[in-house]
Amino acid sequence: MKNTLVSVEDLTISFDTTQGAVDAVKGVSFTIKRGEALGIVGESGSGKSVVCRALLQLFAPNAKVKRGKILHEGKDVLTMSATDLNAYRGEKAAMIFQNPSTHLDPIMMVGDQVAEGLMIHRKLDRAAATKQAVSLLEDMKILDAPRRAKAYSHELSGGMRQRVMIAAALACSPGLLIADEPTTALDVTVQAQILALICKIRQERHLTLVLVSHDLGVIGEMCDRIIVMKDGQIVETGTTEQILTAPQADYTKNLIRSQPSLLPGREEHAVSDKADIVSVKGVSVLFPAPRKLADIIGRKPGHVVRAVDEVSLSVRRGGSLGIVGESGSGKSTLARVLVGLLKPSAGTVKIEGLDQGKDRARVIQMAFQDPYLSLNPSYTIAQTLSEPFKAHRLCPLSEVPARLKALMRTVELPEELLTRKSGQLSGGQRQRVGIARALAMSPDILIADEVTSALDVSIQAQILELFKRLQQELDLTLILISHDLAVVRYLCEDVAVMRHGKLLEYGRSAEVLRNPQTEYTQALLKAVPRLIESKAGNTRP
Amino acid sequence: MTKSLSSPARWLRQEAPTSLKIGLAVTLLWVLAAALAPVLSSFDPIAIDAANAVLPPSADHFLGTDSVGRDILARILYGARIDLLMAVAGVIGPFILGTAIGLLAGYSGGWIDAVLMRIVEVTISFPYFVLVIAIVSIMGPGLTSYIVSLTVVNWVTYARLVRSETLVLANADFILAARVLGFRGRRIMFRHIFPNAIVPSSVFLMTDAVLTIVLGSSLGFLGLGVQPPTPEWGVMIAEGRTYLGTAWWISLCPGLALCSLAFGLSLIADGVAQILDPEA
Repeated sequence: MKNTLVSVEDLTISFDTTQGAVDAVKGVSFTIKRGEALGIVGESGSGKSVVCRALLQLFAPNAKVKRGKILHEGKDVLTMSATDLNAYRGEKAAMIFQNPSTHLDPIMMVGDQVAEGLMIHRKLDRAAATKQAVSLLEDMKILDAPRRAKAYSHELSGGMRQRVMIAAALACSPGLLIADEPTTALDVTVQAQILALICKIRQERHLTLVLVSHDLGVIGEMCDRIIVMKDGQIVETGTTEQILTAPQADYTKNLIRSQPSLLPGREEHAVSDKADIVSVKGVSVLFPAPRKLADIIGRKPGHVVRAVDEVSLSVRRGGSLGIVGESGSGKSTLARVLVGLLKPSAGTVKIEGLDQGKDRARVIQMAFQDPYLSLNPSYTIAQTLSEPFKAHRLCPLSEVPARLKALMRTVELPEELLTRKSGQLSGGQRQRVGIARALAMSPDILIADEVTSALDVSIQAQILELFKRLQQELDLTLILISHDLAVVRYLCEDVAVMRHGKLLEYGRSAEVLRNPQTEYTQALLKAVPRLIESKAGNTRP
Repeated sequence: MTKSLSSPARWLRQEAPTSLKIGLAVTLLWVLAAALAPVLSSFDPIAIDAANAVLPPSADHFLGTDSVGRDILARILYGARIDLLMAVAGVIGPFILGTAIGLLAGYSGGWIDAVLMRIVEVTISFPYFVLVIAIVSIMGPGLTSYIVSLTVVNWVTYARLVRSETLVLANADFILAARVLGFRGRRIMFRHIFPNAIVPSSVFLMTDAVLTIVLGSSLGFLGLGVQPPTPEWGVMIAEGRTYLGTAWWISLCPGLALCSLAFGLSLIADGVAQILDPEA
């Protein structure tokens, strides 16, 4: 078939692990048509990244191809010689990766990294290659490209780095671009810019695109055809229209239902009418920026970073506030002030109960972003959860086991997990343990700091569900910190939008999201991939 | 640490890394050899027997005899007692002192950290071996001065390892979580930071034990360690050096003994590293 650029046939890849050989990809077959945009969607462990790396014969040292072929224009990529492979990579097919900060060489100027491919494949001399690299960077809409080309990757922002990586991938004009989660590490507004850039370049250069993502929203916006993967197998294949509007497999249906942009908004009438439990007035947090040695000797005052800048807001007892912002907005700093990890440089924080001498830890608790880092790796779950009871003598020692069982029930975890260590739990399970640990103190207020951003969407949906239930059953006051407006809309009656430490917008979430007043909030709202919403509108419950 | 919930013996049989099993077996063999030295060899390791000097290995003397007619096998077996003692005693002191100081410096920060780290730098700026020799020369050769000198010199390595680990851990999310939960500083330090912070240094401890034996033997070689006629492997190697061309067994046999014990301890270090890795 002339129309087929790549055909993958019965691909089976296994990994040697300490538990023996594990098949990460099991008999996967599909084709990539010339000029199309193919999306591969799946959650962690689905094998999507392994498949797309195999397209370039990139394998981890413990990976083994058991069966199958990958034919690119009739040639099997998997059996290519080293010389053929060098010509194939970069000239026929190229790849961009998830994390541009680790995939760029930190000690090489970014312009040189783009030029490198041109010097190797096109045999250009340094001057010509550098000139072409600069023009490529200009194509990627990098302002002041000649100067930026001389920068090192740490001097650029995340979005800028991703543009450099795309430029390097496209340097030798390959026909096939493979993008593995290209925007996952980026803020939503930057994500929207990068996706628009990839779209534009694809049309200009008639590229074939393989986009791998966990985010059905991104895939739906960018791709003509979608492959849904789970546990190393293809669950479903179809056009974007088919997959989003008439999914056949239960797994796909659940994936679509779990999309945060499809979560229903919170019922508007259900607003707490109690008095304020937290009130923050004019709070600022200043961090001294590192000073240059010359400035220290010359006794020049150092710069100060205003991480939080005169923020005032309040939360009613039993209410829920969402604090939204991108990285560097100061939302996590504000959370740390509330739980007492940081002292505000100015302003006051009033939390009801604290002035009556109540222990802060028993009034306000926090669940952390990364469930892989927030649990002591050498503790069993039982040790982790029993510690609050023992340290604060919340109950007699003999009652602790019963309390632990009750906690596990509250966060919907099986009791058997109590004897495990956190390393033996899945991300979602660990996050539930983190929440249970906070609940052990029976706090009035629970702060959830990006609790779902490290989780798969279907797990995220379950955790959000859990929060909703806990808030109602335990009469918790919830402060949710997130970069995702959809998550906030689902759980919170109030929303505060932060940027560069300042409070931009603050009010009832239904109101703010329906009628955003600032340009930034509008951009945030627009940046959430929402094509899926119109296409998949009729699958909504 | 992957502690077994069933019996330690079963865990060792089924789950322990192979390197740990071999390492433990080799080391245990030497411990047994040291303990059972009188049973395993009927010769006196110290008594001089000039008539039987420099005999090659034979049915009577399995590993031959040295320049004054002492049985080499007997001296190696009795020497194992001294060398094992040096390995253990030489690392325990530095480990305890270094860990305590590293933990204190890393967790309290500020001027305490600054002062302690300057002391570390001053200590480290002396050549290691020169400092050990200086202390031993002042105190006079012997096991006590050997342990004291090692503790004075070697704690810095542990202090630096533990401090850097503590600094990283102090900002780890699970430590922040512990602070949010209102736990006291003492609990956080001893229950959360300490067990995680000593992981790298406990692995280093095993490697260090090997280095310590070699150091002790080097001191013995220089005449600053255990004094003749006490059997010690380093001393034995030194004594045999003039006969290397004619009677190779005098130096080679204690040398091989030293190598095998070092090998065993390194394998234990390797196995411990695998077990202590919390990600595994």
